[in-house]
Amino acid sequence: MRVALFITCYNDLLYPEVGRAMVRLLRRLGHDVAFPAEQTCCGQMHYNSGYQDACIPLVQRFTAAFAGYDAVVTPSGSCASMVRRYHPAVAQLAVEQGEGAAIVQDVAALAPRVFELSEFLIDVLGVTDVGASFPHSVAFHPTCHSTRLLGVGDRPIRLLSAVDGLTLVDLPRSDACCGFGGTFAVKNPDTSVAIGHDKVDDVLGSGAEVLTAGDTSCLMHIGGLLSRRGSPVRVMHMAEILAATGTDG
Amino acid sequence: MTSSAGTGPPPTPRRDRAERTFDGTPPFPEAARRALADDQLRANLGRATTTIRTKRAAAVGERADWEALRLAGAAIKDEVLHDLPAQLERFEQAVTTAGGIVHWARDATEANAIVAAIVRDHGATEVVKVKSMATQEIELNEALRLEGIDVWETDLAELIVQLGHDLPSHILVPAIHRNRTEIRDIFIDEMGRVGRPAPTGLGSDPAELAEAARLHLREKFLRARVAISGANFGVADTGSVVVLESEGNGRMCLTLPEVLITVMGVEKLVPTWQDLEVFLQLLPRSSTAERMNPYTSIWTGVTPGDGPQTFHLILLDNGRTDVLSDPTGRQALRCIRCSACLNVCPVYERTGGQAYGSAYPGPIGAILTPQLRGIAKHPVDAQTASLPYASSLCGACFDACPVRIDIPEVLVHLRGQIVRHSEATHRVPTTEAAGMRVAAWTLRTPRRLGLAERVAGLAGRVVGRRGRIGRMRGPWPVSAWFAARNLTTPARESFRAWWRRTHGGRVGGGNP
Repeated sequence: MRVALFITCYNDLLYPEVGRAMVRLLRRLGHDVAFPAEQTCCGQMHYNSGYQDACIPLVQRFTAAFAGYDAVVTPSGSCASMVRRYHPAVAQLAVEQGEGAAIVQDVAALAPRVFELSEFLIDVLGVTDVGASFPHSVAFHPTCHSTRLLGVGDRPIRLLSAVDGLTLVDLPRSDACCGFGGTFAVKNPDTSVAIGHDKVDDVLGSGAEVLTAGDTSCLMHIGGLLSRRGSPVRVMHMAEILAATGTDG
Repeated sequence: MTSSAGTGPPPTPRRDRAERTFDGTPPFPEAARRALADDQLRANLGRATTTIRTKRAAAVGERADWEALRLAGAAIKDEVLHDLPAQLERFEQAVTTAGGIVHWARDATEANAIVAAIVRDHGATEVVKVKSMATQEIELNEALRLEGIDVWETDLAELIVQLGHDLPSHILVPAIHRNRTEIRDIFIDEMGRVGRPAPTGLGSDPAELAEAARLHLREKFLRARVAISGANFGVADTGSVVVLESEGNGRMCLTLPEVLITVMGVEKLVPTWQDLEVFLQLLPRSSTAERMNPYTSIWTGVTPGDGPQTFHLILLDNGRTDVLSDPTGRQALRCIRCSACLNVCPVYERTGGQAYGSAYPGPIGAILTPQLRGIAKHPVDAQTASLPYASSLCGACFDACPVRIDIPEVLVHLRGQIVRHSEATHRVPTTEAAGMRVAAWTLRTPRRLGLAERVAGLAGRVVGRRGRIGRMRGPWPVSAWFAARNLTTPARESFRAWWRRTHGGRVGGGNP
């Protein structure tokens, strides 16, 4: 199986350690992972902000970059949902604007092979215990796009529960949005922050040392609030925890 | 706060005070900012939405066939919308045959004029009202007041809003932003000005408040000769009109007065009684978390010797056919006004409904209001254009919607229309449009992205401290992010650069 890593643009720039954790984890499970250098971005920011036309070249690039792989794995439920749910719509838009019809088939062929990390580990590799060790108390925030758009369900919880030494603490109202919402965070900053503070209160109330999720975008927002409030609670992507073996974690 | 309980002025209707309307509401971010500063509002909303959310989840969870019901509801509505002109003519024919009088109103002005003329023709100077979204949409109360007609809202929450010279903030519970103490104070201060005063020594117990409202409203029910209602459904087959309510006030309005005027959006039709069955299951569980609706009134035209002897039905377009012309946006017309989307929305829960500047608040308002105001055809004002962005796209609304309106999909679609209007009207791009263009250009090739990452990494080293950037001033969007949030410093070496340097950690000491 030829597996490619889709790092996503903001993980590439802001959280390269998440990508390295993905590589470490997948190699430990015996799978080599390629990083197609032609990749850039799934186009979600433009799509969701109303700049759908600008998305077309990004979707074309994404489709071309990953076409030759059996599976694409990404540390973002949100970007995976953009590819699976909305790339077909962008392909349709491209055709309406005079692009060749091939993009529709190419997108339709690739989109179902794009997986968020927990889906890839459990559904594709069939692994729940990834052999990780992380002796800390952890709260898990199920991000909206991974749960409502992708339907990852309890996969992340099953993976985290199998981690040696990890204590999973209950996060109240965990299914509530954190208020990030992409450009919503800066177009409606007051509301975004108000929602985020309620999430932070729940995280602090949970007593967890670490807050984790399958999307660093949401963690960037929650972590930014935690950091501004001077909280010692760390935010870590799920991949970093699953990659940890106690010697490196 | 002065108390006028029991000693208020005689019940002389006041005509000197205008009904409040949503005119002048600022764009959503600003309206939200003001609402967020109101701690009492936040507390009231948080409590109310949490309660109703939990109850709804339980009521829906009881039905193993919920998803099938949702699909049926969506399919029935789509069928009607697909064939709307023919269905409406069928409905009109049936209503007329049953003794009703049908009027067609293109917009709010026409609808309001028709209602006012009917009330005047009957020599009435006051009307009682059943809670109705359509009449709020067209601001009927204010239009009638200008004609010298007193309008009495009879739904408890609408009464609270009207007495408090307030605006509704929820589709189902318009006074959701008020708590018991506030309601008691409104009753004590205001009831006496417009009718029977609040009982002396009124407390804030819900049963006591309800009794005060009952006593206050009773004289209006018994006196009024004309009633005005909306409609939850109209059955095209038989011309029957359906109103669902929980308090019995609707039943009083629909049966006691001599004249009944119903204002109904053209999208409210279902083809047959059998179709109605689906919605009588979907609506109560979604809105009030009840298994069965308490008061369901259904009437067909006029029945001699029973109920109103004159029935006028006004079929309202007011932008609906424009919505129908948009293949993505038209699903908003499936809406049955249950407010499940409001109750689960993280934005609505914090800002309340008035920030949306429309009779339709929350997620459904964010997609319905701009469409009714013509966004598919022409640019809309700044307040309207801000509504599709009043969402984090979390998707909770779509999950809760009993007729499967994909609200996030429509929000994103409308954002696209706003951007296109903006690009067509701005010769110089806005800050946002310029930023998006630069971002799109950068993301077009990995070389440009890599270069941008190097620049960001260097900039991060200048402004970052211990791996994070704290308070930072700058133009939007920098100011908007850093007002309350820190940010991780952009990496010195991006993942892309690390992979190229170490071949994915295989050389150069670059363990992944």
